[in-house]
Amino acid sequence: MADNSLKQLLKYLFAYKAQLLAALVLAVVNVAATLYAPIITGDAVDLIVGKGNVDFEGLKPLLSAFAVTIAVACLSQYFMNLCLNKATYFAVRDLRNDAFDKFSRLPLKYIDSNPKGEIISRLISDIEQISDGLILGFAQLFTGVITIIGTFFFMLSINVRIALVVVVLTPLSLFAARFIAKNTFNFFKEQTTVRGELTSFVEETTGNQKTLKAFSHEARSQEDFEKLNQQFKSVSVRAIFFSSLTNPTTRFINGLVYAAVGIIGAFSIISGSFSVGALSCFLTYANQYTKPFNEISSVVTELQGAFACAKRVMELINEPQEAEDKANAVVLENPDGTMKAESVYFSYREDVPLIESFNLDVKTGQRIAIVGPTGCGKTTFINLLMRFYDVDGGSITLSGVNIKDCTRDSVRAAYGMVLQDTWLMQGTVRENISYSKPDADISEVEAAAKAAHCDGFIRRLENGYDTVISSDGGTLSAGQKQLLCIARVMLSLPQMLILDEATSSIDTRTEILVQQTFAEMMEGRTSFIIAHRLSTVRNADCIIVMDAGHIIEQGTHEQLMSKNGFYAKLYNSQFES
Amino acid sequence: MLRLFRYLKNYKRESILGPLGKLLEAIFELIIPLVMAKIIDVGISNADKPYIYKMGALLVGLGVLGLFASLFAQYFAAKAAVGFGTELRSDLYKHINTLSHSQIDRIGSSTLVTRMTVDINTAQTGVNMILRLFMRSPFIVIGALIMALTISVKLTLIFAIFTPIISAVIYFVTKKTVPMYRSIQKKLDRTTLITSENVSGVRVIRAFSRQENERERFKQSTDELSVTQTTAGRFSAIMSPLTYVLVNVAVILIIWYGGISVDTGEITQGEVIALVNYMSQILLSLIRVAEFIMLLTKSQASSVRILEILDKAPDLSDEGNTPVKDKPGGCAVKFNNVSFSYVSSERSTLENISFEAKRGETVGIIGSTGCGKSMLVNLIPRFYDVTDGQVLVDGNDVRDYPFEQLRGKIGIVPQKAVLFKGTIRENMQWRKADADDEEITNALEISQALDFVRLKPEGLDFELSQGGTNLSGGQRQRLTIARALVGNPEILILDDSASALDLATDARLRKALAQNTHGMTVFIVSQRVSAIRNADRILVLDDGKAVGIGTHDELMKNCSVYREICLSQLTLEEAQRNG
Repeated sequence: MADNSLKQLLKYLFAYKAQLLAALVLAVVNVAATLYAPIITGDAVDLIVGKGNVDFEGLKPLLSAFAVTIAVACLSQYFMNLCLNKATYFAVRDLRNDAFDKFSRLPLKYIDSNPKGEIISRLISDIEQISDGLILGFAQLFTGVITIIGTFFFMLSINVRIALVVVVLTPLSLFAARFIAKNTFNFFKEQTTVRGELTSFVEETTGNQKTLKAFSHEARSQEDFEKLNQQFKSVSVRAIFFSSLTNPTTRFINGLVYAAVGIIGAFSIISGSFSVGALSCFLTYANQYTKPFNEISSVVTELQGAFACAKRVMELINEPQEAEDKANAVVLENPDGTMKAESVYFSYREDVPLIESFNLDVKTGQRIAIVGPTGCGKTTFINLLMRFYDVDGGSITLSGVNIKDCTRDSVRAAYGMVLQDTWLMQGTVRENISYSKPDADISEVEAAAKAAHCDGFIRRLENGYDTVISSDGGTLSAGQKQLLCIARVMLSLPQMLILDEATSSIDTRTEILVQQTFAEMMEGRTSFIIAHRLSTVRNADCIIVMDAGHIIEQGTHEQLMSKNGFYAKLYNSQFES
Repeated sequence: MLRLFRYLKNYKRESILGPLGKLLEAIFELIIPLVMAKIIDVGISNADKPYIYKMGALLVGLGVLGLFASLFAQYFAAKAAVGFGTELRSDLYKHINTLSHSQIDRIGSSTLVTRMTVDINTAQTGVNMILRLFMRSPFIVIGALIMALTISVKLTLIFAIFTPIISAVIYFVTKKTVPMYRSIQKKLDRTTLITSENVSGVRVIRAFSRQENERERFKQSTDELSVTQTTAGRFSAIMSPLTYVLVNVAVILIIWYGGISVDTGEITQGEVIALVNYMSQILLSLIRVAEFIMLLTKSQASSVRILEILDKAPDLSDEGNTPVKDKPGGCAVKFNNVSFSYVSSERSTLENISFEAKRGETVGIIGSTGCGKSMLVNLIPRFYDVTDGQVLVDGNDVRDYPFEQLRGKIGIVPQKAVLFKGTIRENMQWRKADADDEEITNALEISQALDFVRLKPEGLDFELSQGGTNLSGGQRQRLTIARALVGNPEILILDDSASALDLATDARLRKALAQNTHGMTVFIVSQRVSAIRNADRILVLDDGKAVGIGTHDELMKNCSVYREICLSQLTLEEAQRNG
């Protein structure tokens, strides 16, 4: 699995083969030039021996060659960066698009059964981490490995003995860094745990500051906070100190390598097998050689994180998508507003039956209200009507056509839906209302807003219909948000309407006005209304009382009241005192 | 950022010792090239092996000293920075506790949480970096310059020219890229926004069959993001090649002019190598500085945001108020021509409200959404100060009470059912820290919560998760009602607090409350007529004004707004039926 997701991730990168290949070539050129430069300075230093013993004529060509080498190194590095940037940024973009694309095609079953935060974090923070890992990691791993190999060969070509000393000693810093990371891991874990506790405490108490005040709880919270804060302090000092050991330690090892090269180099010069210039060149190498090792060790951690995230993202991308519409699916056109459910069976989980042998026959223009306790299957029924889920058994037909044989889009287009959970997107009021009909002109939008009784408050907003609202609705009240959602559906004027607790936050006086508009608008059209508030459902043509997935009562308000059953009991309870 | 440094005052010693350690480390590091120059000039020229050994040992010794100096520095810097964060965090928490409701409304709770967590951590990292790493680089740059001076004044001129040029290049590129990264962040936020909108609105989007448009919208945002990223990348990619070139031009000059100086015998071959070494040390340090500046701008921004909060003086205070005695007379709460408006808004939320509630009375408050019902009851515990008029509790102006005394009289059930992580018992002890199980059970019984609490095997020890998410909305609401009842408050305020209850439970709750709150003055805010129709007094609010005060029957007769509300919920016959 891990291998597969890595392979899949690489596929995204390899889409930019040209850039990657160019980057590879440029990296080799860059490393070669960077490594060759100290050799030239070394040779140059050898020409500066002492008083009256400087070969200026020899220096000139060397320094010119040096300048050219520098220019090559500089340009190759610049263009390599550009190529790598392009490849990684665009690969991540493609990954983002694919993940989003998949999300928009996932069956609702997947979305409902996974926490929203989890899905969002896969789509956002996981990809973010992959991006960081790839951009940083790939570039450094790339040049790092080439530099290590290149330096090794350059050193070997100058002096085998000293080269071996460097090669043997340098990886020590890598081991040291590993050792420190491994041993500080626990301190980090401890710090993360306490930080988590502290954060959730702050989220709770600061986020609910008003409740704190209502109970004069400030002093007690401060006390609890101090305890956590002190605990966090002691674990933080430990974690920060121990993790900061890495740099000084690797620097120290680097210093050891430097000293070793210096001493051995000096002896070699005395014995005549080495020159001062070569020594200076080696010293530069020794200084540089540890750098890619350190970088690679930090990159490896970064990449490990990125791969873990890649696995989670690929899981999402590989999730089976909502079944395609049947090949011969019909487009439901001009539905007449009739709906028939015949012995419908459905459950979210195989072992927990929910809706069983559900039958309902709805005629054009009827207002159907559905009431019942939480979990009785009201919302599930809506899910089935809209084909967010498909029935397990039985059939639902619209205008006499089984909705399973229709395209999903045309089934959904037959309905207008308003949910209790108001959803608005970031954009102007007008954009939000015209979401249901993007080509609507402003007069249509205003007409819909007037019908939904929100024209008044919209005009009182800072910029009227052009006021930008944030996606959580920001300063709008829950009731105002519901009115906007109602305006949105009124604009599209569907043949059938579903109102799932759509007016729960609107005060009853305004609700009556809205309902009147709905009644006019839905003349000859069918509507389904789910509501907690019985005053909302009282005027329906047919009230369906559901319990545990079954219809237990059915009739008008008057019929049900005279029946004196479940509904009548529910209704009368509001007058008890 | 500098203003926040006062939080280091208890860590003066650490904040000096940290950078001092770094200074020592830098000095040791700077001596190394000189020692190497000696090895070349003295040891090799004279083929003096013992001398080379001695100098080699010195190199290792310097390394060990450097290591210890560095560890010393890291330890004290970590201690100082963490101490800084801890004290700042504690102070900010205390400060937030003093902010008023209207300040919290204006700032927003989630912003406060971010300041307390993310921003303080960022500021702390900034301080740690300043103490530990930021000081090191200037030391090295200045130190390297001084070392170069001791070798050759003439050649130091090259350093004096190139160090500022390299600094300028780094500064320029950094300055240009910071806003670029900000705009990348903005684009990234946009893709995040679209993603979370799509996840939360998945049903609506599919109901309107807008998936294709959303995919298009997302693609557009990622395209913009990647284009901005490449543009910024193109620019920041200049930095390291350019500085590399500059340093090496300096190296060419050092070798050439160094050669001339060696030729005249002013300096030695080893010293030329040392100079080249110093040049590359300066470059490395300057690049580090650039990296830190990038990170520091983040800390700087966080510090500014933290200070913004710290600078907000609480606009509501009970300072200097001493406990007051109840004034005689049976009036528990009295509103005298009370008006309230938010500073920024033209229209007032409440206008000229006057009424009184006698001890033991139940007052119902009804009206459409946004008519000012909640604001009215929020004035009683003085969450907000009136703009005009006076609110009296037990005969005293609420502004004369210490908060604890005033709020101690009151039990509040807020609209939003907020519970805290901990056991049910701990949550029930919020009003009265030493409430025993009997009192708690009693309150739970009245609030109709006892049944479901009993069903939990842990009973009162049942652990609520954060926000009480392991209970249903109705259960949470009943617990918040019980929480307000524990310790028998004199005044009970129910702010639309039965909205998540089904009608039957709501009815039982009202019955139990009526039976068990003798002597308690109760305020019930609701949209449901059934919840308030039996109150001793009903206050009808419309658009901030009191349009009617009286009993249900009186108001049915003479208040048109009330009648409209009733008839929107009940039939005429039901409304007139005697509850």
